[in-house]
Amino acid sequence: MSDLTQLGVKAIRDGVTGGEFSAVEVAEAFNTAVAAASELNAFITATPDHALAAAEKADADRAAGKDLGPLAGVPIGMKDLFATRGVQTSAASHILEGFKPEYESTVSQKLWDAGAGMLGKLNLDQFAMGSSNESSYFGEVANPWKASDGSNAKLTPGGSSGGSSAAVAARLCPAATGTDTGGSIRQPAALTGTTGIKPTYGRCSRWGIVAFASSLDQAGPMARSVEDCAIMLEAMAGFDAKDSTSLQMDVPAWSAELSGDLSGKKVGIPKEYRMDGTDAEILKAWDDGIAWLKDAGAEVVDISLPHTKYALPAYYIVAPAEASSNLARYDGVRYGLRDIEDGAGLQDMYATTRAHGFGDEVKRRILIGTYVLSAGFYDAYYTQAMKVRTLVQRDFENAWAECDVVLAPTTPTAAFALGEKLDDPLALYLSDIFTVPASLAGLPAMSVPAGLNSKGLPLGLQLIGKAFDEQGVLNAGLAIEQRAEFTAQPERWW
Amino acid sequence: MSNYRIQGATGEWEIVVGLEVHAQVTSKAKLFSSASTEFGAEPNAQVSLIDAAMPGMLPVPNVECIRQAVRTGMAIEAEINKWSRFDRKNYFYADLPQGYQISQLYHPLVGEGALTIEADEKAGIPEDKVIGIERIHVEQDAGKLMHDQHPTMSYVDLNRTGVALMEIVSRPHMTSPAEAGAYIRKLRSILRYVGSCDGNMEEGSMRADVNVSVRKVGDTELGTRTETKNVNSVRFVMQAIEHEAQRQVDVLEDGGTIVQETRLFDPGTGTTRSMRSKEDAHDYRYFPDPDLLPLELDDAFLEECRASLPELPDAKRARYTGDLGLSEYNARELTAEVETFARFETLLAATAAGIGKPEKDVATQVANWSLSVAPGVIKALGEEGDITHATAERQAAILDMQAKGEISGGQAKEIFEIVLKTGREPGEIADSEGLKQVSDTGAIEEAIDTIIANNEDKVAEYRGGKDKLFGFFVGQTMKAMQGKANPAVVNQILKDKLG
Repeated sequence: MSDLTQLGVKAIRDGVTGGEFSAVEVAEAFNTAVAAASELNAFITATPDHALAAAEKADADRAAGKDLGPLAGVPIGMKDLFATRGVQTSAASHILEGFKPEYESTVSQKLWDAGAGMLGKLNLDQFAMGSSNESSYFGEVANPWKASDGSNAKLTPGGSSGGSSAAVAARLCPAATGTDTGGSIRQPAALTGTTGIKPTYGRCSRWGIVAFASSLDQAGPMARSVEDCAIMLEAMAGFDAKDSTSLQMDVPAWSAELSGDLSGKKVGIPKEYRMDGTDAEILKAWDDGIAWLKDAGAEVVDISLPHTKYALPAYYIVAPAEASSNLARYDGVRYGLRDIEDGAGLQDMYATTRAHGFGDEVKRRILIGTYVLSAGFYDAYYTQAMKVRTLVQRDFENAWAECDVVLAPTTPTAAFALGEKLDDPLALYLSDIFTVPASLAGLPAMSVPAGLNSKGLPLGLQLIGKAFDEQGVLNAGLAIEQRAEFTAQPERWW
Repeated sequence: MSNYRIQGATGEWEIVVGLEVHAQVTSKAKLFSSASTEFGAEPNAQVSLIDAAMPGMLPVPNVECIRQAVRTGMAIEAEINKWSRFDRKNYFYADLPQGYQISQLYHPLVGEGALTIEADEKAGIPEDKVIGIERIHVEQDAGKLMHDQHPTMSYVDLNRTGVALMEIVSRPHMTSPAEAGAYIRKLRSILRYVGSCDGNMEEGSMRADVNVSVRKVGDTELGTRTETKNVNSVRFVMQAIEHEAQRQVDVLEDGGTIVQETRLFDPGTGTTRSMRSKEDAHDYRYFPDPDLLPLELDDAFLEECRASLPELPDAKRARYTGDLGLSEYNARELTAEVETFARFETLLAATAAGIGKPEKDVATQVANWSLSVAPGVIKALGEEGDITHATAERQAAILDMQAKGEISGGQAKEIFEIVLKTGREPGEIADSEGLKQVSDTGAIEEAIDTIIANNEDKVAEYRGGKDKLFGFFVGQTMKAMQGKANPAVVNQILKDKLG
């Protein structure tokens, strides 16, 4: 039998359902791959028993002639930001090290209900804050891809869902969950040659996901094909009364409705995304994308999203502001790290616990957020940023008068070396420049592989759609996927 | 305008008071979680994952709490904001698991309203006065720290964490401790009528932050105010104002200045002391809570809230004096507390039905019974009586007999006493205990004839113009009848016979 770890979500599901192989065989193959890939550091916690238990159930259900779920026998990776009952949920932080929740996040529960099993909890930037997966307390994640120029440097898998992107690219799992606040699904997908979609804000319940910036956080799948993403997203999405911002809408049959035929569709090309400093090879990939979408029947139109350049600064005010408040609960009182000397008081406990429990990037954002919400600065920063956010949303609303979907690069560069931007947080923040606008506007957006650059590193293209039109985004993504013929795989070095 | 003044060496001072009352919303569940709100549970027995601020937990508004706040707003005739929003008030404390309180700073649920405090000459409130209410917003309560459970550590009880509060913010319209006291009592009464807060100050269901400033009589500028936090009884609020105003006058007259600060009230000494000054004040970094959508209320919801409002204190009082013809005093006493008017209205309905007269014809009798006669008997009896025996039906039966002249006022009390002790039925008591008055004119006439015959001298004096002697004849008659004669009948017959 061929290597089961090469199979995607649909292939595994269909194979298990059709009896070509057992779910246990699949789980064992991936468990083995995970165990052998410690050099990538993609997983914080491996949970082989969880994957096996779900697989045994799928096999038993099949043997008993029961209906199997849409993810029956599919073992997946779970970003360690989702609460999983009885399994450490760390947010890649020291302050939550050892924290085992008594509850299961809505999204992970829905995945288990659909028949999926969990291979483990995936590494990420600490509290999902970062774009390179270097801020994890549990160590950086290495991109399975390496440049073909012989440098052999370890590269970033992107962030914050860097464990997810690395694991999917390295065939440690057929799919993984991610979360996207300013690009944390799309950017790592682009840097690892994988596919990831951030749905419309509110599609996936945030209940049980460790919060970074509540008004932006959105869960989504990462996989190796558009169709697999659609299947995963169908299982993850849906109204949840426990999340007040959850959308009260039925989940469409995205995978069944997938079509790469874009006849009658208009694709907008935003001129403001043609920024100085963008890699020429990225621009070339963008042109390829335009040609492919035309080939798929779409009409391509130039559009303007005039407030694009203000999106990134606004994002780096709004997201830290919310984070500074969301992370106040990690105070050493009820769970997680408590660092206190004998005889010390409450303020000492807060100070020591939080000084030791949070990493530098998290502290930086808490400080920025605290500053921009402070009396005397609030209007100049937070209020202003919220106005920009409205303008960015309006940009897109105006654009929808002219097009159905927007095509843009996902990132300004391919994967860079780990450590390269460690001392320059602002340079790192620029990695999100193309992904942040859709986040601020709450729109569905995905990244699909466009090809390899001259160094043999993957490049991604981004599709941004109207609110609730995941189908339009997935269809345009499929049209690119069908033409990009991205079949390259990282050579195994781990 | 109240005439409350503080005499200083440099002249007369007047005071300005505003109150922020925190009222716990009557609701089974908390504002954003389904945990129970019942008072008196074991520590941390009523804490949901949301209350404990576990990672990834999200607040979901409890519609019942919103409904109660809206109904309260309607009861003070306030503007209800169909669009409001929750904000986070950020600060660290061990009783605040989220590290922020969800409140409403920028867009409160309820806008400008008012209530009226009644004239009370004795308290120095010469006429009815309208006190403005700036806003009502809903917010989460914090937990409780316990410092007496362990020699070196403090314990945290999160049962109260997340319980819904209404913060009711008055305008600085009060100018005496008495007005502030009347305001809180009136507000409490309205909350209890509406059913949105039990008003139980001992259990902390209502507490007030008291803002006080002073100024020279005639000045129009407001003085610098201080805020005394968490005062939990009407008496303490009045004491705190009195003390704080006097302290401010003393400071100012000594050439000092008032510092805008937060103060604490010490119930033991009746004084206030500084807690923290404005310089050390928290920067709460309020911002809209991104976990919650704006609260949007539709017309149907508002209509339901309005339709569910009971008759409110002012309207009820007006009806009692108008339709029922009760005295101002009776009306005020009967409408002050929910339990009082509820008992009165039940008894009134039962009595009117029993006697077969309109309520207004028996209202004064029932009011007097409810306010003075019955409480007097109950009090005199003390522990010997069982209040549960005093059903409305039994009391109505007593009033019925009294109205029909079958029993006297004294007999009514005696019967009620036996009811309280035994739970027996009034009619049966009257029969078997001989507690009935004689309205049989024959027996009374016979007694009166004997008395007239035996007191010819007095009869002559009376007829000669000594009217006061009428009481003598009544007394003699009642004595002869062993107190059981119907006084009205006695009077009538005496008048007829004495001419």
